[in-house]
Amino acid sequence: MSPETCSGIDGWEVVIGLEVHAELATATKLFSGARNEFGGEPNTQVDPVSLGLPGSLPVLNEKAVELAIRVGLALNCVVQPSEFARKNYFYPDMPKDFQISQFDQPINGEGWLELPDGRRIGIERAHLEEDTGKSTHVGGGGRIHEASYSLVDYNRAGVPLIEIVGKPDLRSADDARAYVSELRAILVTIGASDGKMEEGSMRVDCNVSVRPVGEEELGTRCEVKNINSLRSLGRAIAYESRRQVDLITLGQKVDQQTRHWNEEEGRTHTLRSKEEAFDYRYFPEPDLVPVVPSTEWIDQIRMAMPLLPGERRHRLAEEADIRPEAAALAVERGLDDLALAAMDLGADPARVLVHVENNLADGQGTLTADGFAALVAMETGGELTATQAKTVLADLVSSGGDPALVAAAHGFEAMESSELEGLVESLIADHPEDWEAFVGGDESERKKKSGFFVGQIMKTTKGQADGRLVNEILERRSTSR
Amino acid sequence: MSAFSLAGSVRSGERTARSIVEEHLAAIADGETEINAFNLVMADSALERADRLDALVAKGGDPGPLAGIPVALKDNMCTRGVPTTCGSRILDGWRPPYNATVVERLNDAGAVLLGKTNMDEFAMGSSTENSAFGPTFNPCDTTRVPGGSSGGSAAAVAAGFTPLSLGSDTGGSIRQPAALCGVVGVKPTYGRVSRYGLVAFASSLDQIGPFANSVVDAAMLLEVIAGHDPMDSTSIPAAAPDLLGVLDQGVEGLRVGIIEEISGSGPTGLEGFSPDVQSRLAEAAETLAAAGATVEKTSVPSTVFGLSAYYVIAPAEASSNLARFDGVRFGLRVDAENTVDMNAATRTAGFGDEVKRRIMLGTYALSAGYYDAYYGKSQKVRTLIVEDFARAYGSYDLLLSPTAPTTAFPIGEKIDDPMLMYLSDVCTIPSNLAGHPAMSVPFGVGDDGLPVGVQVLAPANGEASMFRAAAVLEAATGGLTGSTT
Repeated sequence: MSPETCSGIDGWEVVIGLEVHAELATATKLFSGARNEFGGEPNTQVDPVSLGLPGSLPVLNEKAVELAIRVGLALNCVVQPSEFARKNYFYPDMPKDFQISQFDQPINGEGWLELPDGRRIGIERAHLEEDTGKSTHVGGGGRIHEASYSLVDYNRAGVPLIEIVGKPDLRSADDARAYVSELRAILVTIGASDGKMEEGSMRVDCNVSVRPVGEEELGTRCEVKNINSLRSLGRAIAYESRRQVDLITLGQKVDQQTRHWNEEEGRTHTLRSKEEAFDYRYFPEPDLVPVVPSTEWIDQIRMAMPLLPGERRHRLAEEADIRPEAAALAVERGLDDLALAAMDLGADPARVLVHVENNLADGQGTLTADGFAALVAMETGGELTATQAKTVLADLVSSGGDPALVAAAHGFEAMESSELEGLVESLIADHPEDWEAFVGGDESERKKKSGFFVGQIMKTTKGQADGRLVNEILERRSTSR
Repeated sequence: MSAFSLAGSVRSGERTARSIVEEHLAAIADGETEINAFNLVMADSALERADRLDALVAKGGDPGPLAGIPVALKDNMCTRGVPTTCGSRILDGWRPPYNATVVERLNDAGAVLLGKTNMDEFAMGSSTENSAFGPTFNPCDTTRVPGGSSGGSAAAVAAGFTPLSLGSDTGGSIRQPAALCGVVGVKPTYGRVSRYGLVAFASSLDQIGPFANSVVDAAMLLEVIAGHDPMDSTSIPAAAPDLLGVLDQGVEGLRVGIIEEISGSGPTGLEGFSPDVQSRLAEAAETLAAAGATVEKTSVPSTVFGLSAYYVIAPAEASSNLARFDGVRFGLRVDAENTVDMNAATRTAGFGDEVKRRIMLGTYALSAGYYDAYYGKSQKVRTLIVEDFARAYGSYDLLLSPTAPTTAFPIGEKIDDPMLMYLSDVCTIPSNLAGHPAMSVPFGVGDDGLPVGVQVLAPANGEASMFRAAAVLEAATGGLTGSTT
C-alpha cells in the first residue's frame, strides 16, 4: 500500500459509502430515440425530447429498464415496481431544468455486492435516471466564474444512468477501490455498461466520515464529487479522512458538506454546505406511468444472465480447492474458463493457476485448453522443468502447436537423475562451506542454501534441470549422511 | 353549414377547399380587429394547402374526413416552423422544429391549418385577458370576455372565422370559453388525445379537445385527433371511439344525475350561480327527461374541494414544467453577468403576473416541509373526487351541471381578483382531476342575452353516451348555435 492511498489513521475508523453512476449501454436515450454514443460532434445526438423543447414528452426506453433489472439481479437487489419523479433545479446543461429520476420508489431496492475477499457490502438501492449535458466554460482557464462564455453539449443529456447507492460498509480506500472494481466488472460482465471511468460512463461520488475506533455512532459525513479514476478515489478518501480527523483532533467539528476533489492539488474543497443544499422539490413525474415489470420478464432476464465474477471465482476456487480470493486474478484476466477446461482434462490445478497468474498476464492468445493441459502434464510428469514449461507456454500463446513438438524444437529433454546426481555431487565438493551451512542450518538457512545450490545447477545446465529434483537430491544426501 | 357537410362537399368536388379558406380569411379580415382571436393567421400557407387539396380531389384522391376544412389551433400546440407563443413573451422568436401529434393528425385528415389562436399565457386564466398579445373579445358582446384560457379558439369559432378549432383544457379551458361564446367544447378523457407537442401547463390535467358550432362537428374533429400515440406515455392504448355513429341514438334509458354541489342547488351547493344559468340547466334536464332519460339530483360531495386541490396540483406541476423557459436554449434571453442572473432576468421579463403567481404557488407547495400539507393533501382530495365520481357513476350514466356559474363577464371585472377569476372554473375542474370527459353544449341564453352552456359529464371513456346527450340537448335548441355564418 503506498502512503498516499493509505487511509488508516491510528485510533480512527474511516466509514465510506459510495454512489456510483453508470451509463447504461443502450442504443438510444432513456426517454427518446436520440442516439446514446460517446464522443459525437456536440449537439448531434439530440431531438426535441433530449433538448427539453416545449411540448416534448418522455417515453421510457424498455432496454434501459431491462439493463437496470440486470443490475438489480446482479447486485442481489429486490426488483420492484417503481415510479419516476422529477428532481427540480436550474442548471444550463439540464434541458428541462429538472432531472427525471426515481425517488421513493426505485426499480431496485436493497441488495449486496460480494468483494473478492468474501465480505458483503450492502446496496441501498439502484435506480434509473437521465444524464445531463456537458458545459464547457471558455476563457478564464475553464473556471465557470471567470469564463467569458459557456458552451453546452446536449449529446449526453438523457443518456440512461443507473445510480447504485452503496451502504456505508466500506472501511478503507482499498475497500472502496475493491468495491468499485468489482462493481465495474459486474456491470461489464452483464453488458449493462462499458464502465469506462475515463470517458465518464462510470462516475463515483464518495461519502466519507470518521469515528474513533470502537464508536458505534456514525460521524458527520462529507460527500466528495469529481472523482475520475480509482487512483483519485483512493487519494480523495485518504485526504478527506485525514482532514476530518485533523478537524476533530483540533477540537473542531466536521460540517456536513458537498466537497469537490481537485486532482491537481490533491485536496478537496467546499462546494456547498448543508444549508446551501438544494431543495429538489421531488414529485411524481406526471408524464410517465409506473414501471411494473412482470415476474415472467424478470425471470427471463435472470435466465439470460451470464455468470458473474463472484460466481466464477467460487466455481474456480471449488475446482482448484483454493480460497475464492486466490481465484480473483484468473477471473479478472478472463482465464477461468481456460483454467477449468485444462483441469477437466486432468491438469494439476496448482500448476494451472501458477501459469495463469505468472505467465499469462497478457491473455491466452492461441493457447488451447488441450495444449495447456498437455503442457502441465509434461511438467508434472517430469518431462519439462518449470522454466522449460514457461518457455513452451509462451510459444503456445503466441503461435499455438503441440507442446511436445514445441519442447523438442527447443531441445528440451528431461535430465536423467543419475546425471543430475553427479552434477550435485561435484557442486557440493566445490562448495564445502555452503554444504555444511545447509546441513547444519536452521529452516531459513537451509532454504537459503538450497536456493544457492539449485541456482548453481540451473546455471550449469542452462535451466534444463528440474529444480524440485535437485532439492530432493539435496534433502536425501543431507539426511543420509 | 356544418364542417361535416362542408368536408363532404370538398371530397365530392362540389366545392373547392380554396373557396372555403378564402371565405374564412375574408371573415377574419372583416372581424378580427374587433375580436383579436388570432396570434397568427396563416393565410398564405392555408391557401397553398387548399390548392394542393383541391388538386388531389381533381385527380380523384380523397384528402380525408376534414377535407379542406380550416382548423385554428390554440397557440400552445407546436407547429413546425411556425411561431408557437403560448400567449407569452418568453417564447419570442421560437419556431418549433416539430409538429404536435394533433397537427400531424389534422394534416393526415385533410384539414387546413388556418392560424394560431390567442390564449391566457401558458393557459393560465379564465378570460384570455392574461395574454401578452392583448385580450380576446367575446364575439357575442365585445365588452365581455370570451372565457379562457382557450378564448381565442372559442371566439374564432363563434365569430365564424373558422368552422373548427382546438383548445386545451386543464381546469375548464375548453368548456368554459365554449359556454361563454355559445359554441360546443369538449374535454376528452385524459389520455384520449395525445399531448405530444402541447406545451405543458399541468401534465396530469392537460387535455386537447375540439371547439365547433355543432355536436356533429365536434364529434368529427375528436374522432380525427383521438387515438393512441406512442409518443405520449399517458395516451390510452385504444383507437378513437366511434362518435359520429352514435349521435342519433338518443338518451332513452340513460340515467342522468345533476350534481347539486356544482349547480349551486341543494344544501351543499356552492354559491355564485346566476339564477338564469340555473334555469337553463333545469330546462336541459327536462329536455333529457322528455327524451326518455331518467334525471334526478344527486350529490358528489368532494367536488366542492376541487378548486382548492386544483390550485395546488396545477401550479405545482406548472412550476416544474415552466422551469425550462430559462433563456438558455430558445425564446427570449435577457443577458446578464452570469447564468443565474440571466435565468432570473429572462423569466422576470418574459412571464406575466399570473404565470409568476402560479410558479411561486407551485414552488411553495412542493417545498421541503410543505409538500405533505399542500401537494400531498391535494392528491388525497383528488383521490377522494375520483372515488366520489366512481360512486356516482354506479348509479348514473351521465352527470349534468352548468359549465360556468355565470354568462360572460365584462372585460376587466375579475382580472385584479385572482380568487374570483378562479371560481369561474368551479364546475369544470372536477372532471380534470378525475381524468373524465366532459363537454359544454350551448343551451339558450341568460337574462343578458348571452349564451349559457350546459356541461355533460361522463365516466372515463364515456364519450359516446356524452355525445348522445349533447346531441339531444342541441336538437332542443334548434341545431347550429353561435355561428354568424
